[in-house]
Amino acid sequence: MRAYVPGYEMLAPKALDEALGLLAASPETLTPIAGGTDLMVLFECGRLPEGRYLSLWQLDELRGIDITDEFVTLGALTTYRDVRDHPLLQAEFPMLCAAAAESGAIAIQNRGTLGGNIINASPAADSPPALLAYDAEIELVKKGGARWVPYRGFHLDYKVMDKEPGELLRRVRLPRRKDEASWTHFYRKVGTRRYQAISKVCFAGLAQLDSKGAIKVVRIGLASVAPTVLAAVETETALIGQTPSAKLAAQARAAMAKDVTPIDDIRSTAEYRRHVSINLAGAFVDTLSG
Amino acid sequence: MIGTNVPRKEGIPKVTGAALYIDDMVFDELLHGATIRSTVPHGTLVDVHFEGDLPWDEFVVVRASDVPGDNVVTMIESDQPFLADGRIMHAGEAVVLIAHADKDLVARARKHVRLEITPLEPVLSIADSVAKKATLYAKDNAFKRFLVEKGSTKDAFKADGLTIVEGEYTTGAQEQLYIEPNGMVAIASEKEGVTIWGSLQCPYYVHKALVPLFGLGADNVRIVQATTGGGFGGKEEFPSIIAGHAALLSWKAGGKPVKLIYDRAEDMWVTTKRHPSITRHKTAIDAKGKLVAMEVDFRIDGGAYATLSSVVLSRGTIHACGPYACPNQRITAAAMATNHPPHGAFRGFGAPQSIFGLERHLDRCAAAVGLTPDEFRRRNLLKPGQTTATHQVIEEKIDLPAMLDLALKRSDWAKKREAFEVENAKEGARIKRGIGLASFFHGSGFTGSGEVYLASVVGVRARQGGTIEILASSTEIGQGTNTIFAQIASEALNIPYEWIQIANPDTANVPDSGPTVASRTCMVVGKLVERGCRQLVDALRKGGFLAGDGYDAKQFARACDAYIFRHGKLEATTTYTPPPGVEWDEKRYRGSAYAAYGWAVYVAEVSVDMLTWEARVEHFTAVQDIGKVIHPVLAAGQVEGGVTQGIGFALYEDVVWRDGSMINNQMTNYIIPTAADVPPIDVVFHEVPFAHGPSGAKGVGELPMDGPAPAILNAIEHATGLSITSLPAAPEVIMAAALKNAAEATHG
Repeated sequence: MRAYVPGYEMLAPKALDEALGLLAASPETLTPIAGGTDLMVLFECGRLPEGRYLSLWQLDELRGIDITDEFVTLGALTTYRDVRDHPLLQAEFPMLCAAAAESGAIAIQNRGTLGGNIINASPAADSPPALLAYDAEIELVKKGGARWVPYRGFHLDYKVMDKEPGELLRRVRLPRRKDEASWTHFYRKVGTRRYQAISKVCFAGLAQLDSKGAIKVVRIGLASVAPTVLAAVETETALIGQTPSAKLAAQARAAMAKDVTPIDDIRSTAEYRRHVSINLAGAFVDTLSG
Repeated sequence: MIGTNVPRKEGIPKVTGAALYIDDMVFDELLHGATIRSTVPHGTLVDVHFEGDLPWDEFVVVRASDVPGDNVVTMIESDQPFLADGRIMHAGEAVVLIAHADKDLVARARKHVRLEITPLEPVLSIADSVAKKATLYAKDNAFKRFLVEKGSTKDAFKADGLTIVEGEYTTGAQEQLYIEPNGMVAIASEKEGVTIWGSLQCPYYVHKALVPLFGLGADNVRIVQATTGGGFGGKEEFPSIIAGHAALLSWKAGGKPVKLIYDRAEDMWVTTKRHPSITRHKTAIDAKGKLVAMEVDFRIDGGAYATLSSVVLSRGTIHACGPYACPNQRITAAAMATNHPPHGAFRGFGAPQSIFGLERHLDRCAAAVGLTPDEFRRRNLLKPGQTTATHQVIEEKIDLPAMLDLALKRSDWAKKREAFEVENAKEGARIKRGIGLASFFHGSGFTGSGEVYLASVVGVRARQGGTIEILASSTEIGQGTNTIFAQIASEALNIPYEWIQIANPDTANVPDSGPTVASRTCMVVGKLVERGCRQLVDALRKGGFLAGDGYDAKQFARACDAYIFRHGKLEATTTYTPPPGVEWDEKRYRGSAYAAYGWAVYVAEVSVDMLTWEARVEHFTAVQDIGKVIHPVLAAGQVEGGVTQGIGFALYEDVVWRDGSMINNQMTNYIIPTAADVPPIDVVFHEVPFAHGPSGAKGVGELPMDGPAPAILNAIEHATGLSITSLPAAPEVIMAAALKNAAEATHG
């Protein structure tokens, strides 16, 4: 282990109010830590900055999955394990369950949280593409206030979020859809190996066809192809209102080429990520045309 | 006892956690060490600065000037220092050692030692080394060159009617990734001498390196193996350096114990990896599909110091023409110096690299003469009485065509090949499937006269009650040494397996039975165990303690007791003698390169997703002749593990270099296959007993590493028509080939 342990201080409040108070007192210097599946890796290899950390793990107010007719609402500390095992999520939000099932090993799934996955803001995070496709909203809370914002638009740039210092992510909610049979979910994580892999490209596409077979709703989220997780707006625009066909697949491919801005890194190349994103966009449309 | 699946000797302590790995061992007044390393690949050391708000006066600090003896790692050549002194030859090279009782403080302090280095132009590829971008070793940057010649390829290429096929094949570095990172504890002082406990494969290699480091007598240096969590060659030569470092710190600290444990990042950054290679082939085939001439040029990246590269090169060279009959063969080979950390021993030791080139090339040769890969090999496989590239006459009773047939049958080769071709040809087939094979061999034991020079020794000691202790320096590193030695002894003595104990490798107690490498432990050292046991029985018979032809365990126990009562002790010592007819001409590189070989035919079935260019191995068939199988479960485990490592080598494992350092030195980003990436593996032993192995056994450790990569890439070519010639065949590589193919098709 490379970390100098005395260089770290960890606060571990048991109530959300207390945590928000601590954050309000030092919003710039106190870093929240949820499941720790990313930060503890940095800690082990000596790359986690020394300083003060706020453990959220004991905040039971951030746990639980709540279901109404309109929404499924997940506490920020909902683990991948909670997600993958949940029957309603499996039925209505299968791409989120697939993302959870393909994140890390079982131990990581038991510990890693949905909120941590969002706020850690890795462009390679696995659950955000599905959250973008399912049009998630997130609730940010601070001492004396809370606000719901659309998840789409939350990530502004690499590790930059539309979030004030002192704000914590409390909940994530997913709007429930009707007529499940009319929807198509297309999810593909392209990792460095089958499991226990970080994504080279992660693609989540959701679409609904109208009675005439035209695309009525379409949302596509991607990871690892831009400085942030990405909503493929160009591709969505190219598809909306159109009827799936080979020609439309080609248009989707062309639009996807404009959406993504991948880079070369330790795991893959920009060229590979671009080609795979384009191929997956085409395959998504092929799936819609049956 | 031979051929049965007895419980592993050290299984229970390992499973219950009672076994002590090096980091589990507790010492009073322990200091924790750390190594300060260069981050530049080539340069001149100007100064060392101890910075930060740290109590530097409390630290033990060792530099090159503190070395009491020779600052050189004694191996084949003596060119590598324990601590760099002046010239920096690779990133990760050790320059300063520090130690302190407070482990946290060591973690902080290691970041505050700044090395001031003036950079020099680095050499970071085989091509740049050959081009002498900088001179690193001798005049031509070659640590070693070999020439193997049979017949005349030059004349043979002149004949009419031949098909000539040329090709170039490259392989990258590969990390062993043993589960337990390297680590050592040392207690060293002028008064007490040097004692080392550690994770290692070869106690006497460490011993040989530490004697001159301290200028001590051989008896004043003692090396003890701790329970070791895997090696795969990665703990063959490098542990000498860690042991030396820990001992230097302890020496400077006045004999306080010093623990030096690498974390994964350090282990992957600085310790040895498989040598990257380039193999070039030029091959002539006649109208009957027979190999007429083979020219091979084999080059490896040795890294910054000579270490074991010459021997790795030797094995790669000898295996470069494979188990094929061909009258004219010429192999040229060179191990080149670069500013990478020295590459070193890794399961297969050069053979996986040259066999990859050969077996990929043979598929292209087959296609060039219009034969299937199996038929082309069938026409050229070695038969008893024919010779290898080194003129070795094959005397083993092998039947390679029969092994080929068995592998084809088990894998359903013909039917699958045809079915895949039909499916792949369909419009818009997203998943393409293919099947490919490789046939190959792997020499057991040290090369040429190596075993004669080693002159390994094994001791067998009887105790009161007839229990037996085997004394050897061969280490248990997870592969089953202790278990098979006990089986061999139990069989030879006709006493229960439980009566056999294996002494822990400790140079103060066991003789030098050579290193635990080169697929030699079972065949070579196991044979010495068998002979030692037979000598023991002979002694009991000659002394009249055992009468008649047969005896049971009780009679044996009584005989031992009586002998020991009379003579005080009952021991036997055996020393290696080569099997008759094994002769080697080191100068011309000719003769019996190995006393025996393992032989194999492997078949891989793959799928390639054309959306993402991800290749997966869907099924694997591994047919091999390793002689008599001592322990079927352990032997199958060796094959399954080797195939898995071969799958990693083929598809996933990619050391990413930047400025001479591995930058993906974490398990998150250095990708080895998990269970989900490994297919069902059909392991088949075609047992042909070898006359000079224990109960007919040969080596198994390395053979399974040689065949998977070419078989898998041959299958990818069958599936996609894409000829991948470099490893690993990552999706990015397959994509590049596919796009190039598509572009060529468009432009006609």
